[in-house]
Amino acid sequence: MSEGRDDKTAEKTPGQGTDKLAHARHFIEAIPHSRALGMRIEEMEDGQAQISMPWDPALVGDPRTGVIHGGAVSALMDTCCGAAVISHPEAPAGTATIDLRIDYMRAATPGQRITARAHVYHITRTVAFLRAEAMDETEGLPVASATGAFTVERPAAPPVPAQTKEASA
Amino acid sequence: MSRPRPEPVQVVKERRDAALRVLTGNVPYIRFLGIQFERRGDELTAVLPFDEKLIGNPLLPALHGGVTAAFLEVAALVELSWSVLWEDIEAGRIDPRALAPEDLPRMPKTIDFSVDYLRSGLPRDAYARARVNRSGRRYASVHVEAWQDNRTRPFAQATGHFLMPETRDAAARNG
Repeated sequence: MSEGRDDKTAEKTPGQGTDKLAHARHFIEAIPHSRALGMRIEEMEDGQAQISMPWDPALVGDPRTGVIHGGAVSALMDTCCGAAVISHPEAPAGTATIDLRIDYMRAATPGQRITARAHVYHITRTVAFLRAEAMDETEGLPVASATGAFTVERPAAPPVPAQTKEASA
Repeated sequence: MSRPRPEPVQVVKERRDAALRVLTGNVPYIRFLGIQFERRGDELTAVLPFDEKLIGNPLLPALHGGVTAAFLEVAALVELSWSVLWEDIEAGRIDPRALAPEDLPRMPKTIDFSVDYLRSGLPRDAYARARVNRSGRRYASVHVEAWQDNRTRPFAQATGHFLMPETRDAAARNG
């Protein structure tokens, strides 16, 4: 789906943008729960993100079919949406989910990798609006689609005071 | 005064606990998250003991939004399956002690699930209770709330719609 993505960030003019992106990518890959699910960031740029996750027997929701639990797909979608928000050119300092709605169109095929793509389709000073889709390795109908609203946390005005995190919920 | 003599309490408890074990004990993802269920009569409370791997924001730290969504969805699905199973167990149509997981009716399928994040999930145990608002032959609507320290201050809530599994009778009719 996405060719040549590896070089995209490197080709950009060096500076704040690239650093910030690399930082954000590290940040997401360091999230304990994302690691527990084996998530891999494949793309994260300009308010769009693509993250994939391998099928794993530990994530199965129905032992009779081997289909992965919807909750694991939700976790992937939520992470992917969050990654899309912090990669937005308006450079939010952080984000949190306000709401996320997921439609499950079909069961994910057992054994196949699941890939989520999310994009910010609108952003205001305080809120980012997202759409996302999850595919397995079978072409055609996505496994699930999602819409969400996320907070946009702005960097505090300089000089940066200590922790203002508590105010956000 | 001709009601039948009530069963001994241990027999009743054992039967209900066995049914709950069959329902929840064989789902790998429930084990992966470490979710447990506590039962009082027919009322279920899902418990998510805190674990490092549930963290989504290491700086705060806070529970992962996806963990919260998954916890709510598991709680809703189990409550819905349980409410359907309950009558069969109590009427003696199903004997959970002789029941293997493959004999259970299939789990309902999630059609959609919509989560409201009310405050950030703290790095400690979480609890959830679900309420089946409507359970028809084909579709069900379930609401679920999760809290940590205060029952009256939920940190997340969700509503989901579910496709009900075919009942045995219907499955038999349809071959």
